[in-house]
Amino acid sequence: MEILDILLSATFWAAAVRIATPLIFATMGELICERAGVLNLGIEGIMAMGAFTGWITVYAGADLWVGVGAAMLSGMLFGLLHGVLTAPFGLSQHVVGLGITLLASAVAAFAYRVSLPEVTNPPKIEPFQPVAPALADFPILGPALFAQTPLTWAAFAVAGLTAFVLWRTPLGLAVRAAGESPEAVAAQGLSVNGLRIGAVMVGSGLMAVGGAFLTLSAFSSFFFEMVNGRGWVCIALVVFGAWRPGKALLGALLFAAFDALQVRLQQTPMGADIPYEIFLMAPYALSILALVVMSRRAAAPAALMIPWRKGER
Amino acid sequence: MRLEPIPAPGPARRFGLPALALAATAALGSLLALIAGAEPFGVLGLIAKGAFGSKFALLETLNRATPLIFTGLAVAVAFRARLWNIGAEAQLYAGALMAVLIGAGTPALSGPLLLPFMALAAMLAGALLLLGPALLKTRLGVDEVVTTLLLNFIMLLFVSMLLEGPLKDPLGMGWPKSEALAREARLPRIVEGLRLHWGFGLALIAALLVWLLQSRTTLGFEMRAVGENPAAARYAGMPVERTIALTALLSGGLAALAGFSEVSGLKGNLTLDLSPGFGYAGVIVAMLALLHPLGVVLSALFVAGVFVGADSMSRAAGVPTYIADILLAAALLFMSLAILLTRFRVARD
Repeated sequence: MEILDILLSATFWAAAVRIATPLIFATMGELICERAGVLNLGIEGIMAMGAFTGWITVYAGADLWVGVGAAMLSGMLFGLLHGVLTAPFGLSQHVVGLGITLLASAVAAFAYRVSLPEVTNPPKIEPFQPVAPALADFPILGPALFAQTPLTWAAFAVAGLTAFVLWRTPLGLAVRAAGESPEAVAAQGLSVNGLRIGAVMVGSGLMAVGGAFLTLSAFSSFFFEMVNGRGWVCIALVVFGAWRPGKALLGALLFAAFDALQVRLQQTPMGADIPYEIFLMAPYALSILALVVMSRRAAAPAALMIPWRKGER
Repeated sequence: MRLEPIPAPGPARRFGLPALALAATAALGSLLALIAGAEPFGVLGLIAKGAFGSKFALLETLNRATPLIFTGLAVAVAFRARLWNIGAEAQLYAGALMAVLIGAGTPALSGPLLLPFMALAAMLAGALLLLGPALLKTRLGVDEVVTTLLLNFIMLLFVSMLLEGPLKDPLGMGWPKSEALAREARLPRIVEGLRLHWGFGLALIAALLVWLLQSRTTLGFEMRAVGENPAAARYAGMPVERTIALTALLSGGLAALAGFSEVSGLKGNLTLDLSPGFGYAGVIVAMLALLHPLGVVLSALFVAGVFVGADSMSRAAGVPTYIADILLAAALLFMSLAILLTRFRVARD
């Protein structure tokens, strides 16, 4: 029973938590945007931008956390653009989002080429180190918890914070109302579009941090295409999680566990007979399947993708 | 701020704002050139020259525009009915796969029917690939943006699997590529001696046919109505779900023709780098054309020109080719805003 062996191995759980980290950041980011009523398809490009900005900042000599901050700022900048175009101007969220993804990925690639014109092998930085390697020898839970870098812990904290702010604070109530019944928000004298722009900026900042995890913690170099569909998976995870941070977090962990499993199954004798592409397809196929299964139960925010114009409706 | 509708926008607004959007894109291009350490205005000139400045450049641009017309049409048709098909990339590869399956090596079929058969099979594959997400949308309410996007990744892996397995060219020196198409499975050139194949002609015909369909037929009217207001369309007794399914078949089929035309007209075999994102660029092409099928031809020429021109400029001036992607994404955003502002003015609350 190879599967059982894998599931009982500590490195498997450590890998699952590691793979989940960028997904948790970006899924929470997307969830915040969508809760405010804005579908953010810029996610894939914003993650690439965050991966690049974080990496280049550290490569230039800054501290790793400064890199994370710079990545977040770059994400918020693209979030501002997305928010202004989709909220007050009410442009199609599909078109703007895809435009932002193309723009942000291209800006990242362009800036990489301009700053490192002659490089063929992507240079490396010194990435984040595990929080408490001494405790990592604990069976199973040790590696899963303590062999992780601080960004992984930050991801779980962000998930908790997202849930707390959205459900336990007046600001969170206002953000959710902007996505459910904007007219009620406006009747309170609050600015629907202001809330939406703010939510998209914060959400995009988190997406960029998710991207930065890839360069500052997981791979230590920047590659084109390194986001590789993770952003789109996160959009599916938000639906899978029924727009709730707790369920979305669980979804991200499940997805990551499955991803870690397929990598390990490839190396088993049984897996050697199957083309590796089948294993690589599985996570994407699983995302589609999850969407199909959950779609009937999931209730999207009522005003998702509907621009708010004062005096209409 | 709020937006006030303008009852009758004057020509200054209707033409001035889109022109301003293009000017803003050009200004951004100059800025990027400056950042990359090149001469700002020279770079724009080099892009234009590299795209349209010589017979060779022009033919290259027309060749590059061919798949973009198909994917642009695919997106335009789908978006018009508010079917968000972002999976043109996958449908393109589905078409390319069929072209190779039927036409590579020694085709079972031969004679004048081979090419039409390849094209039809390609269209069918692309159409069915989009029908799935469309049915999931209408039957189960599954968002088609995510499903079509994820299918792009699945399809590329599927093609990779076939190119390293059953479709692998045994003489390919280990490269994952298919066997070459048979001679009669290749689209001929339009004019002998000029490097432009009939895929381009086919793309023009497709644009014309889509335009006729949309403007002259009931189905075309229904597709528009479903996009503008599905509830009203349903109330008026239109078969909304059937219309979306038919839109999906048409859109997927058109995108697949891009793959067929690239394989059969240009490359002659299938590799994993057949499309440098033609499917995604189709979204830009369609939006810049305001989803108008004839406009798609013009905007595909523009987008292809920027790509081809940037390649040639990059060799001369050393500015990274990614400038093309930035300019096109910016043009998309600027133009969307400009078009909105031709109909609305910004007023203070």
